[in-house]
Amino acid sequence: MSGIYFDNNATTRVDPAVVEAMLPYFTEQFGNPSSMHSFGNKVGLAIKKARMQVQELLGAEHDSEIIFTSCGTESDSTALISALKAQPDRKEIITTTVEHPAILTLCTHLEKEGYKVHLLKVDGKGRLDMDEYKKLLTDQVAVVSVMWANNETGTFFPVIEMAELANAAGAMFHTDAVQAVGKVPLNLKDTKIDMLSVSGHKLHAPKGIGVLYLKRGTRFRPLLRGGHQERGRRAGTENTTSIVGLGKAAEMAMEAMHHENTEVARLRDKLEAGILAKVPRSFVTGNPENRLPNTSNIAFEFIEGEAILLLLNKFGIAASSGSACTSGSLEPSHVMRAMGIPYTAAHGTVRFSLSRYSTEAEVDRVIAVVPEIIAQLRKLSPYWDGDGPAAEPEKAFAPTYA
Amino acid sequence: MWDYSDKVKEHFFQPRNAGPLDGANGVGDVGSISCGDALRLMLKVEPETDVILDAHFQTFGCGSAIASSSALTEMIKGKTLDEALKVSNQDIADYLDGLPPEKMHCSVMGREALQAAVANYRGEVWSDDHEEGALVCKCFAIDAVMIEDTIRANNLCSVQDVTNYTKAGGGCSSCHEGIEEILAQVMAERGESFNPGAQPKEEAPKGGMTNLQRIKKIEAVLESVRPQLKRDGGDIELLDVDGKTIYVSMTGACAGCQMEALTLQGIQQKLMEELKEFIKIVPTKAGALSRASCHV
Repeated sequence: MSGIYFDNNATTRVDPAVVEAMLPYFTEQFGNPSSMHSFGNKVGLAIKKARMQVQELLGAEHDSEIIFTSCGTESDSTALISALKAQPDRKEIITTTVEHPAILTLCTHLEKEGYKVHLLKVDGKGRLDMDEYKKLLTDQVAVVSVMWANNETGTFFPVIEMAELANAAGAMFHTDAVQAVGKVPLNLKDTKIDMLSVSGHKLHAPKGIGVLYLKRGTRFRPLLRGGHQERGRRAGTENTTSIVGLGKAAEMAMEAMHHENTEVARLRDKLEAGILAKVPRSFVTGNPENRLPNTSNIAFEFIEGEAILLLLNKFGIAASSGSACTSGSLEPSHVMRAMGIPYTAAHGTVRFSLSRYSTEAEVDRVIAVVPEIIAQLRKLSPYWDGDGPAAEPEKAFAPTYA
Repeated sequence: MWDYSDKVKEHFFQPRNAGPLDGANGVGDVGSISCGDALRLMLKVEPETDVILDAHFQTFGCGSAIASSSALTEMIKGKTLDEALKVSNQDIADYLDGLPPEKMHCSVMGREALQAAVANYRGEVWSDDHEEGALVCKCFAIDAVMIEDTIRANNLCSVQDVTNYTKAGGGCSSCHEGIEEILAQVMAERGESFNPGAQPKEEAPKGGMTNLQRIKKIEAVLESVRPQLKRDGGDIELLDVDGKTIYVSMTGACAGCQMEALTLQGIQQKLMEELKEFIKIVPTKAGALSRASCHV
């Protein structure tokens, strides 16, 4: 398929080698790994191999610390609910204002059930205040859940340090690392991270497969109970094909780790610099000094993101936006609001996320197309006047909001 | 991605009447809080006749906001102010061959900009009288504020009540958890707690209609669509009404027509609007009903 796909934080294409590794497990290797006969046994061995491939990617000490789930969201829910069930005396959760809805919506729900949720604030560059965190870490906290890298801006949180602090306070530490795994070298055995969520489709494995890393010794209560699969920690017949695919994808991610952090980062930087140089009144959101190598989130002031995406799509370019309209929600991205980005810019944020398949030619093409799209939409904007924003744009156009 | 009609896409990609308007004598600046969208509508009105000679827009907003603005300017040009004010947000949506439920507020914003611009021309002050909330029911595009207000005004206490009064929750039923939450919150305000087992209010808003009145109303709706069906060589007959299920028979060219489902959908929508309740229309062959009852 042609087109320029710069939306890899949303999902990635399944690598052809991953598909190839999976195919036999749809056809001749169809057995149930729990069965006693050889149909099952071979599949059991394939799952064992995949578990070790994922263990390697995460730098986990034991392969039994890898629990296969159906997706990142299931891993997140399992982790938080387990931590609360295992420590009934602790009724508080610490997380951040900029987490993925997989955590935030769950926490809103848990609040209704009587738990106290503390949301750590971020500054203009999306950074946490560690003093605020330390103050909240009391013996009432059951679990801290902080994402490794933000999905919209790519900004990293200091999760290794935060896990140490949580551990010292006797609280469990979970991190939603779906954007980081495969892009950041991990060595979980040397950390105090108790639980970590992985999503297969963010690293060129298929959708519908995830992992919960569970450090040995961490007290655990399963979300799904039933058969003995995953050592009784996640009942339900294994998604064998996708587990095999995720194993292969993990192995390939290890091989591509250097490329991801050098070449992909270089292309991202070129894209970002190229756009900023040609488009006035645009800026990078998040912390450019400390973020994923593949992600660039740019705010284009005075225009709206969905309109930008529709025009980009006409040129065959895929990206995503933090505007309210693209999600059907009432507000622009909660991440942009948390960072204090004004409405007129938050609605116009566009996230470009590259992958190891991205090419220089694609980057050049996007740099060539974006400025004219932005100019075209600004011509329609009441905040814009000729070649620049209206003098004092917020006064030039102050609509009656309903 | 949104399921935009070709007309929406066309008006987005080639907006009509975009940009400032020299000599504008009526300007309306409005925004929709739900999307952060905002629109400036500029009119050039001929003072002697009140005819809108030209209309331009500038919009900060998504694809459907730009398309709605573009459509509005096309619709009102050449009309007198009073004629233009008759354009409803549904007219704007219809002109664009429909908008996704999440995007209907874009057409509302267009209608408000028109009111504001006319008020500005006439030297009046326009004030907005409606508040918009988070979309709860996607089947019928009903938002949270509408549901809250209706619960408050009618002392409702069950999801079925809310569906009867607002249609919200009457379709796919996925939003029932959300409706229950709103019920719990509003009922708490009046010192009650939400009980999932509560019986719906006795007199649902059939407006106190008797069965006979209700059936007459259904007949009237079918009568109103009959000329259209007859023009295409078909007809429709009311067979029975069983609670919320209305059995009809499509005859003539309508029977087995490929567009039958679409036609029925339109009639069902019309019936729901008239009866102000959720109903289901089921096409049946005449005579099939009595036979079916033998099998019970």
